[in-house]
Amino acid sequence: MTYDESTAKKLATDAADIVGRYPVERSALLPLLHLVQSVDGFVSPDGIQFCAERLHLTSAEVSAVATFYTQYKRRPHGKYQVGVCTNTLCAVMGGDEIWRTMSERLGVGNDESTADGKISLERLECNAACDYAPVVMVNWEFFDNMTPETALQLVDDILAGKDIVPTRGADKVVSFKEVSRVLAGFEDGRADEGISAGAPSLVGIETAKQQGWKGQDK
Amino acid sequence: MTDLTPVLSATWGLDHSWNLDTYVANGGYEGATKAFSMDKADIIQAVKDSGLRGRGGAGFPTGMKWGFLPAPDGGPRYLVVNADESEPGTCKDIPTMMAAPHTLIEGIVITSFAIDCDHAFIYVRGEVVHVFRRVMKAVAEAYASGWLGKNIQGTGFNLDVTVHAGAGAYICGEETALLDSLEGRRGQPRLKPPFPAVEGLYARPTVVNNVESIASVPPIIKNGIEWFTSMGTEKSKGMGFFSLSGHVQRPGQYEAPLGITLRELLEMAGGMREGHELKFWTPGGSSTPILTQDHLDTPLDYESVGAAGSMLGTRALQIFDETTCVVRAVERWTEFYKHESCGKCTPCREGTYWLALILHRLEAGQGTMADIDQLLGTCDSIAGRAFCALGDGATSPVISSVTLFREEYERHVTDGGCPFDRAASALFDYDSAPEGAHA
Repeated sequence: MTYDESTAKKLATDAADIVGRYPVERSALLPLLHLVQSVDGFVSPDGIQFCAERLHLTSAEVSAVATFYTQYKRRPHGKYQVGVCTNTLCAVMGGDEIWRTMSERLGVGNDESTADGKISLERLECNAACDYAPVVMVNWEFFDNMTPETALQLVDDILAGKDIVPTRGADKVVSFKEVSRVLAGFEDGRADEGISAGAPSLVGIETAKQQGWKGQDK
Repeated sequence: MTDLTPVLSATWGLDHSWNLDTYVANGGYEGATKAFSMDKADIIQAVKDSGLRGRGGAGFPTGMKWGFLPAPDGGPRYLVVNADESEPGTCKDIPTMMAAPHTLIEGIVITSFAIDCDHAFIYVRGEVVHVFRRVMKAVAEAYASGWLGKNIQGTGFNLDVTVHAGAGAYICGEETALLDSLEGRRGQPRLKPPFPAVEGLYARPTVVNNVESIASVPPIIKNGIEWFTSMGTEKSKGMGFFSLSGHVQRPGQYEAPLGITLRELLEMAGGMREGHELKFWTPGGSSTPILTQDHLDTPLDYESVGAAGSMLGTRALQIFDETTCVVRAVERWTEFYKHESCGKCTPCREGTYWLALILHRLEAGQGTMADIDQLLGTCDSIAGRAFCALGDGATSPVISSVTLFREEYERHVTDGGCPFDRAASALFDYDSAPEGAHA
């Protein structure tokens, strides 16, 4: 492994925290892979080695797991992961066209990155926000009800180095590495940022209120 | 008209609805307080008597699942919450955890207490970082206020909760694949039996429940069985989320008694988008056979939707109007199943691959009439022969769409292309899309 001393030390501390959450140490593998991505920006050969040594696995065993899950990237990854949902519902509502315009604007295809390393583009499967279709995710934050116009503005803002703000999420989208650290189970203090729910999430309770339905409220 | 019954969603509109203070100020943790005064067996019996069925899609009775645990043997027993919401169309657990994560935490406290579990896990799909933040914060708040940790509320009951992020794999919503994933392995389903109740996480007795199932436990305990069973139909009790998406005026979450109809829901949602009519819809996600206008008045409960030839699933109603090409829709779902097939069993791995190839060919206008029959033949090689429900699910949209819309498949062949204009089904005008040339 080629981690410098301070990185190695921090990794060891964080890994101990992660392993401590589970009764059996191998359960720490998924969060450790997220942790590795938070340091290297992808699941690097060093990261594989680190996980293997820490969990007493072979590097082949770790690689077998890392290659199974789409969130683990095996090549250097952009600072911003831009994902367009092109599963049926979003695709039909306009996701296909959003994908086309974004891909043309950036000059990259699925699972490819811009030359400056700022954006990695990806076609996503359903991200559980169908009532907000068409949906785009940036570093796993929600950008709801997108159009080609708002989607292109989004990538232009990223390329221009501006902060970008999700529809439902933190006050700004943090880097892929920072998000990976959260997914490794380390809070970043942003949970209180953003809204509780968007309009589609509230449409049922508002309808009930308007109708004066107390329903089974107790 | 069936009234909506916001229970789990009741607090979502409040300021900082996700905080413990907001939750407690609105009756939160009263269910857990009551549960601590009850016999554990009585809690399990209450959930059995409530008729609550799993809200993650399969609809297995929740209390019965708990009842399958063997008697305590002194070793660990686990509760694992399936928060890997990924079934296309399904979008209820994510807003629940975003807006009111304590409904889930309270359900975990009650369930763990009832089944003698002292370590629970929440397996959240990894692609929703802000939801993950909210759940982690809720767990931290619960520890800080004595609802988790040692000697909870002075009862002597101990419970730890680990929040765990997945990493992008639909198959991990299958409960045994989820357990393998949580053990740090590729998420591939296990042979059953043994069922998780007997040998689950780390081969120990384990209950795996969906977010909405667990979140439904506190109000059942707090308000009683009669309250819960007063909602719903004879065999499908209680309330649940009906998630409307697609070509409707007001898509979103409608929490209603089971047995409500699409006609009623559509009326609440303002109807189909202006000037269009319903063509087909999924009652419970893409793995449930599609339905049509003929099923507007089918009560959305387990039995009635089953009798109509589909499944209630996750009550994920993806609604498409007459502008939508059913072949395109099914092609894309099939692409999804092919992508998400874990590869463990041959019928699903190879079958979804071939289904996707044939559907691409048909949608592109390069298919033959024989391809349409081949789709059904390939489905016959998958359904009932795959290792887990993913394979069966992959065949649902194919078989149901060929059955209901065979002439539309045939037109793709005779026309030599898709007869639909994709722009017509989008929510925006394709022509207004700015040029995508490199900036």
